[in-house]
Amino acid sequence: MRDAYVLGVGMIKFGRYPEKDVSELAAEAALLALKDAGMTIHDVQLLASGNLFQANAMVGQRLLQQIGQTGIPVINVSNACATGSTAFREAYFAVGSGEYDVAMAVGSEQMGKAGLLGGGGGRESVEGILGSGLMPAVFGQAGVEHMRQHGTTIEHFAKVSVKNHKHSTKNPLSQYQNEVQLEDVLGARMIAYPNTLYMCCPTGDGAAAAIVVSESIMKKFAAARSVKIACSVLTSDPWTPRDLTFPDVSSLTRNAAKMAYDKAGVGPADLDLVELHDCFATAELLHYENLGLCKDGEAARGVDEGWFEWGGKTPVNVSGGLLSKGHPLGATGVANIYEVVTHLRGQAGARQVENAKVGLAHVIGLGSACTIHILTV
Amino acid sequence: MTQPSPPPQAAKRARPIVPFLRLGDDGEKPYLVAKQCAGCGAVYLGRRVACSKCFATGPFKEIRLSDRGTLWVYSIVYQSAPGIPTPYVAAIVDLPEGAAVRCTIIDVEPQPEQLPFGMPVEMVTKKVREDKDGNDVIAFFFRPVKK
Repeated sequence: MRDAYVLGVGMIKFGRYPEKDVSELAAEAALLALKDAGMTIHDVQLLASGNLFQANAMVGQRLLQQIGQTGIPVINVSNACATGSTAFREAYFAVGSGEYDVAMAVGSEQMGKAGLLGGGGGRESVEGILGSGLMPAVFGQAGVEHMRQHGTTIEHFAKVSVKNHKHSTKNPLSQYQNEVQLEDVLGARMIAYPNTLYMCCPTGDGAAAAIVVSESIMKKFAAARSVKIACSVLTSDPWTPRDLTFPDVSSLTRNAAKMAYDKAGVGPADLDLVELHDCFATAELLHYENLGLCKDGEAARGVDEGWFEWGGKTPVNVSGGLLSKGHPLGATGVANIYEVVTHLRGQAGARQVENAKVGLAHVIGLGSACTIHILTV
Repeated sequence: MTQPSPPPQAAKRARPIVPFLRLGDDGEKPYLVAKQCAGCGAVYLGRRVACSKCFATGPFKEIRLSDRGTLWVYSIVYQSAPGIPTPYVAAIVDLPEGAAVRCTIIDVEPQPEQLPFGMPVEMVTKKVREDKDGNDVIAFFFRPVKK
């Protein structure tokens, strides 16, 4: 594999766009990324399009119908919540393999308000009868397991939500930009213990795009602000004793983290910022340990001492995270890349992590798929 | 010319909600079954083409699971899909044969203090609905073992 770089990124504000087609959302993000790269669609040699809810409806081609049908190869990607980041990885491989010099990854989603409930609840459903397969309960149980093993409390999880909502007030592209207090989070409606409403990511719509290029293109266009993709890792869940009934959200992240640090030649202490998959507040706390940002059993202390806040030793989800920025499933993985790139270029405005040189973007899709990308300048 | 006789009405009967629940014959108590890999001992609820732990393609032995186990973890679900009554305790129960079972805990207050880790639980079954043919659909639940 040869080196590949991110030359352009674009993202629309996450929110609700019922009046638009998802291909229009994707097109808007693609045009923003092209403008950012100083390119047009005629420069793009391959498109990887991530979308989950319309996985059988050729969103990538529909996107090109909106902005330019150049006849390039299009890959439509679906990989649960790791859909967008897997699309980005396809763009990386297209360039890294030497076959293409310019590839675009676009992640898009239009979820509506029902989110993942849209497809469930049929006559033969076992939901509520044989426990729960819904995400709030699955990640609730994952949090309860951390309580069981390490004595973590609901307050620790709630503080994660307070942090990410606070971060989002400085991100104009975040779906929500409201600060919440600890008592607001703890007093909010319980969704699935221990996650209350503010500890669950919202449903929503959105899109993000990134242009991946070879070194020669990078030097030709904008060498001064290029960001290198130091590694791209994708894992699935290894066999663990309870995994088939109690999804193991940790092992595949741990495997991915080890591979990512090895490939990129950096360690957790080198990371200036991390965008990780906080679909629920419980998930974020687990991933501090899974990604090696702290030792096992230390996450709750890290939360209490502010290690992961903006200005802390490893700022996590300074974008507001999925909890507040939003989680339009297919868009999320590319939006994480957008956030890290924006900081590494020093263009993140009020939320800028000072002097950021190394950033990590992590996504997990249940089922399961985990991606980690480490980006450097 | 004789009219063909209508097909005999299938007798209404009870059927389990999942294949790994056996309702038992002649008053026998219902029980769960699992497939166990003869090579490595890994236990699966439901069929498996090959063992996802050791990759052996078999043989798999059917084993009968205990009706008593312990609570591993839980969540208390207050918001679910439309039409599903809440709250309910969505749990993972460990059985001594090495199986982890996703289930709902009943006969308990849905409060964390009523759900201590490692709590002994026992399996019970009950009708949850009728299917489109009018058969009773039987599901399993776990409840705290009474002291």
